Amino acid sequence: MANTIASHSHIGDRPRPAVNYLNAQKGLWSWMTTVDHKRIGVMYLVGVLSAFFIGGMFALMVRLSLLTPSHMLFGRVLMTAETYNRVFTLHGAIMVFLFIIPSVPAALGNFVLPLMLGAKDVAFPRLNLASFYLWCTGAAMAIASMIIGAVDTGWTFYTPYSTTTQGTVGLMVMAVFILGFSSIFTGINFVATVHKLRAPGMGWFDMPLFVWGIYSTAIIQVLATPVLGITLVLLLLERVFNIGIFDPKIGGDPVLFQHFFWFYSHPAVYIMILPGMAIISELIPTFSRKTMFGYRAVAYSSVSLALVSFIVWGHHMFVAGQSQLATVIFSALTFLVAIPSGVKMFNWLGTMYKGNISLETPMLYAISFLLLFAIGGLTGIFLGTLSVDVHLTDTYFVVAHFHYVMMGGTVIAFVGGIHYWWPKMTGRMYNEFWGRIACVLVFIGFNVTFFTQFIMGSLGMPRRYYNYLPQYAPYHMVSTIGSWILATGFFITAAYLLASLRKPMDAPDNPWGGTTLEWQTSSPPIEHNFEDQPVLQRAPYDYRPEPVGHK
Amino acid sequence: MEQQADTTKIGMWLFLATEVLLFGGLFVGFGLMQSRYPQEFIEAHEHLQRPLGALNTIVLLISSWTMVMAVLSSKRADRKKTVMFLLLTILCACIFLGVKYFEYSHKFEEGLLPGHWYKAQVTDTVHTAAGTLSHGYATFFSFYFMMTGLHGIHILVGIILLAWITVRANRGEFSSAYFTPVDLIGLYWHLVDMIWIYLFPLYYLIK
Amino acid sequence: MTTHTENTHAHGGSESRTYFVTLVALLILTIITVAASYVDFGAGNIVIALFIATVKASLVALIFMHLNHEKPINAVIAVAGFLFLGIFLMFCFIDFDSRVNFQPVNVKPVVQAPATPAPAAAPEKK
Repeated sequence: MANTIASHSHIGDRPRPAVNYLNAQKGLWSWMTTVDHKRIGVMYLVGVLSAFFIGGMFALMVRLSLLTPSHMLFGRVLMTAETYNRVFTLHGAIMVFLFIIPSVPAALGNFVLPLMLGAKDVAFPRLNLASFYLWCTGAAMAIASMIIGAVDTGWTFYTPYSTTTQGTVGLMVMAVFILGFSSIFTGINFVATVHKLRAPGMGWFDMPLFVWGIYSTAIIQVLATPVLGITLVLLLLERVFNIGIFDPKIGGDPVLFQHFFWFYSHPAVYIMILPGMAIISELIPTFSRKTMFGYRAVAYSSVSLALVSFIVWGHHMFVAGQSQLATVIFSALTFLVAIPSGVKMFNWLGTMYKGNISLETPMLYAISFLLLFAIGGLTGIFLGTLSVDVHLTDTYFVVAHFHYVMMGGTVIAFVGGIHYWWPKMTGRMYNEFWGRIACVLVFIGFNVTFFTQFIMGSLGMPRRYYNYLPQYAPYHMVSTIGSWILATGFFITAAYLLASLRKPMDAPDNPWGGTTLEWQTSSPPIEHNFEDQPVLQRAPYDYRPEPVGHK
Repeated sequence: MEQQADTTKIGMWLFLATEVLLFGGLFVGFGLMQSRYPQEFIEAHEHLQRPLGALNTIVLLISSWTMVMAVLSSKRADRKKTVMFLLLTILCACIFLGVKYFEYSHKFEEGLLPGHWYKAQVTDTVHTAAGTLSHGYATFFSFYFMMTGLHGIHILVGIILLAWITVRANRGEFSSAYFTPVDLIGLYWHLVDMIWIYLFPLYYLIK
Repeated sequence: MTTHTENTHAHGGSESRTYFVTLVALLILTIITVAASYVDFGAGNIVIALFIATVKASLVALIFMHLNHEKPINAVIAVAGFLFLGIFLMFCFIDFDSRVNFQPVNVKPVVQAPATPAPAAAPEKK
């Protein structure tokens, strides 16, 4: 670690530069042809949040249809069963492929990673732009497939239904294929960036934990996504040419499709959660003003989570027709994958212990994460336990579990991260009062919506069902009302964040007192990030006061 | 400069790892289907023309050699040799595709086609309990066409990339200071060769 | 395993020589593997074929793709690709090879309903 004093000014001393990455070049064309990771990150942010909005609308529609067993709203049936199948499929597909997988890495990771490393940009800036355009192409194709005919297979595209059903499965599958390559190229970019573009003095164990999380995610993106690619190709060929790999009528094996699909999709859920955890690892030390407890443990747990995620995929197939031996092995391995997550939980708590905690909005989201991810993660263990899973599989218990980890985990962390880095990205502070209100609404709404589903599921309510028995009606109604509270919270968030953009740029360089390198540059940053190449002076999360005379 | 070359090389190897997993998925599917239909796969593979497969293997190995020689020549700024070796690589690739064309024509004539287009052959002995021909034969050829087809597409893309750097090499753009494009496309080409190294025994040689 | 030890940090002509010798080795291995395929070793055929293929692939990777004198990270990435592919293959085979087709023991077998005579005219309903 270098002891040289970097030639950047102290926090707050520097006058705000007139030219930053937002106004350095003007006009739509400059944005469309940019290779600046910050601009690409902002464009991704707009894209994924739009996808979140669309997917969220579909979710509200699903819950509306389930409000009463008669599916009626204001005296009319809201949607037919066929439409319902399409709506929940699209909700899942959009949320998984268009929103959550790119979300943190592409939107926040793109913006923050090079800044945290003290670099000017990512390793392959043009590839970065290509990734973004691939995302746009995939999004356009997915939306086209929705408009032309829609898909009703569930986001998991299980065969033989997906190989034989009507609807625009082919177009949606091709969209996902392209989105997969967007993800792969982002992964390649980030691995190369972390290996080669760190600032002088920054060894592997001097990196912020956000970088470790994004790096681990990138490993999964590179190794797992190609298998999704080939799975989709095989699905398409089966649909068009009847090649006979997945359809039992022509000699195929539907469980083989599930092996292929889940070999990617299980590591994919770690693509979803690892960046969320990475954000939490930034928020908690900053808002506890205390160094991360067990930095190395958290770093190692990120990488081991990425690697172990590859050997548990069969736990999605316990009742699918897998052999008993494979099932038992996968169940045992699933217990292993909980360990790194547990390590992180305890390290975060250990960081907060005796810390100087301040409850700004990002920290409220971080604390929400701890509570919600704990529930989501633990219920994952219930589901990984073979004897329990045979009763809970394909019930609302599973639905609640994955919403707790994906929404209560990743989305909560993502929103917390957006708030945390909002001043850095936009140069403005959002309204803190409304931030806290919205966070509380989101937390309450989320639990009302999804905790009810745990109960419903354990009482036997199956997932993806249009019809349900009257005994589940109260739970469905409560859950739907919860979805309205949740939506309100998010709408308020969107409102005050957008409103903040109309204020003048007056955010300080380092409003939170963070110690990582992105806070050493202006808010918003200049085009090439730092005026002079930063050299690392102190470890990340080092909140000890600077020694006297160190200037 | 060295950091730049190192960085792009890591990027290329990461991309090659994704290709290994992409093709690997097909290998896994093939392997699993082979364990499900062992007899059918043995009988089906007899229809493949082993000498042509061996010829293609040799052609690709030679093209790998011409490719690495092209990389070496570009590093030495030997413009003539670089262009010569690149053109030889392209020639080998074209021969490979030509042989494949003959093989595919033969398959089409004999009705050895994927999926529901497969025509039962005299040598097919395995039947299902219901008396119809086992699906294993059609499955074999589905995988044959998928894997050799995807491989062929990669060869085609390789030819286009090779043509592009041949033009650049002819302009004298490469030297020991900068020969990265040749190096990276070389890596891609060797991977395409490696995939065939595994494809050949699995399809043409296994009993 | 016949690892050819032409791994000299070569300059000038010895690099060319290394590459040419490697090509010859690859061609010889190809001839061997094709010849071996005409002999019936039973289950050994697939082992021999894949073993030789792996030797050939290793030669291409180490010498043609320069993994033997480059930074180790590239080799780690290459190995990782094959390793995870192997994991995929292994678990799928564990599933496929241990499947047992059995009838659930506590389910009664389906009994074909006895053929019923044509139903009598349905009583008039009002």
